[in-house]
Amino acid sequence: MSKGAILPLRLADVSFAAGGRTIIDRVSLEIETGPSTIILGANGAGKSVLMRLMHGLLSPSSGRIDWNSPERPGVPRKQAMVFQRPVMLRRSAYANVAYALKIAGIPEPQRGVLVHESLESVGLSHLGRRSARVLSGGEQQRLALARAWALHPEVLFLDEPTASLDPSATREIESVIKAFDAAGTKVVMATHNLGQARRLGDEILFIDKGRLVERAPVEQFFSKPQSAQAAAFIKGELPWT
Amino acid sequence: MLEALSAALALLAGLDSKLVEIVLLSLRVSLSAVAIAALFGLPLGAAIAVGRFPGRQTVIVFLNALMGLPPVVVGLLVYLLLSRAGPLGALGILFTPSAMVFAQSILILPIVAALSRQAIEDAWREYEEQLRSLGARRLNAALTLLWDTRFSLLTTILAGFGRAAAEVGAVMIVGGNIDGVTRVMTTTIALETSKGDLPLALGLGMILIAIVIAVNAAAYLTKELAQRRYG
Amino acid sequence: MIRRLLSVALLAAPPALAQEKFIVVASTTSTEQSGLFGYLLPVFQTKTGIQVRVVALGTGQALDLARRGDADVVFVHARSAEEKFLAEGHGVRRFDVMYNDFVLIGPKSDPAKISGGKDILEGLRKIKAANAPFVSRGDNSGTHIAELDLWKLAGIDVAKDKGSWYRDTGQGMGPALNTAGAMNAYILSDRGTWLSFKNRGELSIAVEGDRRLFNQYGIMLVSPLKHPNVKKDLGRAFVDWVISPEGQEAIAGYKIGGEQLFFPNAK
Repeated sequence: MSKGAILPLRLADVSFAAGGRTIIDRVSLEIETGPSTIILGANGAGKSVLMRLMHGLLSPSSGRIDWNSPERPGVPRKQAMVFQRPVMLRRSAYANVAYALKIAGIPEPQRGVLVHESLESVGLSHLGRRSARVLSGGEQQRLALARAWALHPEVLFLDEPTASLDPSATREIESVIKAFDAAGTKVVMATHNLGQARRLGDEILFIDKGRLVERAPVEQFFSKPQSAQAAAFIKGELPWT
Repeated sequence: MLEALSAALALLAGLDSKLVEIVLLSLRVSLSAVAIAALFGLPLGAAIAVGRFPGRQTVIVFLNALMGLPPVVVGLLVYLLLSRAGPLGALGILFTPSAMVFAQSILILPIVAALSRQAIEDAWREYEEQLRSLGARRLNAALTLLWDTRFSLLTTILAGFGRAAAEVGAVMIVGGNIDGVTRVMTTTIALETSKGDLPLALGLGMILIAIVIAVNAAAYLTKELAQRRYG
Repeated sequence: MIRRLLSVALLAAPPALAQEKFIVVASTTSTEQSGLFGYLLPVFQTKTGIQVRVVALGTGQALDLARRGDADVVFVHARSAEEKFLAEGHGVRRFDVMYNDFVLIGPKSDPAKISGGKDILEGLRKIKAANAPFVSRGDNSGTHIAELDLWKLAGIDVAKDKGSWYRDTGQGMGPALNTAGAMNAYILSDRGTWLSFKNRGELSIAVEGDRRLFNQYGIMLVSPLKHPNVKKDLGRAFVDWVISPEGQEAIAGYKIGGEQLFFPNAK
């Protein structure tokens, strides 16, 4: 654990309610460096809300969320998030990545190299000048990954990043994620896709109806699920909440 | 009516110098006004769009309502301000084009602010999570959105210009419709019509309509091209 | 300094304009629409280099404008209102300039049977008797005030006796003539506006030449004592020129269709 590292992240008895409904119900967990973590669950289980709570886009209704070293305003974030649908500015692909660096306070002369590296790492160097919003869905999502990666975050959150993509685009995204994981970034990804969870995850956090029901290394989770809900989910029998 | 029309066309074709002078003044006044309105209105719209403060909804409703300010009322209020007997009388700009620019700026500022607020707020809804994720704070987000919605904002500005170019109430009162000094297309049309002298009025009317059509076409084309190029 | 900055910032007046010599003259719409200023002012400007900017309103409004200090000179045609203006201290001195006349305009159908008449009071009485439509400017202008004075002279109290035949429109001379033409109604107009009016329809002159229809114009410099911003030297130059033999000759020289419109009578 280096100085200023933001991991581990601790959630203590975190709940989140909205519109009279409890969406996250007293979740306690710790996210540490190292293995890629998959947040697995059915649609509506609360994965996206949990991700947003961890990333700081939502505040918990009760409980605490603590990083190892707290975020300070004015200091570039050491965590980034890729959403299900990429949101790009009306500028070139290059400019979109450069924007993230600008917000982080990287001076202009240094940005060029970083942008090129990022685009290269996701295989989009040839599309740098293209208008970001006219790229295909898969290309935009790769661009979102490049943008998230440009600052070499300690934690990379991904909220169902391939849910809107076709199989070949999905494969491309997955290989980029694997590469980032191999490079040392902590990957925390939400998905409801069992195959994807198996391919990319080292450990599974299984969420059902806003509760953390089970946590296990990936192979153990799939071969010997401990909870009834996990078992049902793996078998594809979990009812809609 | 037909002979008035053909006389009007003759004036246009011949580029009658009086006509040209009037059209140029109209353009100068309304373009200046829209520039000032944009200078203050766009940041105001952006600030309201991304801001969170008590009474925000009231401000939005009020701003939208101000879009419907009757030009003649604005003219009256600005006249009272700029009159020698009024608080800004010492500026001495009453009955000059500057007063007309001042009045029209006030007239279209709410339009620019309210419409840009809407456009930027729509964009903010789409971008908010992503921008906050990247660590952008409100000020930065507002500036980013201002640039990102630039094509919608251009349409907004064109709408403001159209409104300014077409109004007569404000410029008549604060400008005084002085021959060769503050006479613009709309006030000339009003004057010539009241004199029963239709060719000049019709000629200017046709130009005014042409300008309004051109402005709308420009707005439409802007949106189309932007969509195609930038998505 | 602020004024210079403002005009540059407002992009509308190139700095050169701010240095031009000019005065603001409050006058009436009927005078402007007669075309007199378009003819007269260039003569003055060529001679003195002073640009005269005329703001044309109704007489009442023109005097009120000057009362607020927004004009340097007033040039209107409503003696009683002008005297009141002077008495209030807003004007320096009043000079007679010229007179023109009013004409009673009427429709070809002439329901009141007054066409060709020379007595305006008789004409008005016959209009009321016949309940013939009559359009009034109703806007406190010199013409309107003159019209009301004539009704009074004819022994008719229009405020009390007006029926649906009397139409109070609140408009300038041109629009009121348009209205009268559309309604085939009688209307009192100054000769100047009538001569330049192109949209006559079925209207023509019904009564003219009565001395009581003569319309006297007066000019006053707005008081620099009450309104320190008044350009008194430039304004005085204009007043002096208008009543000078040269100015008076220029006024007499203005014609529409060969006819002289204004008769100079400065003393």
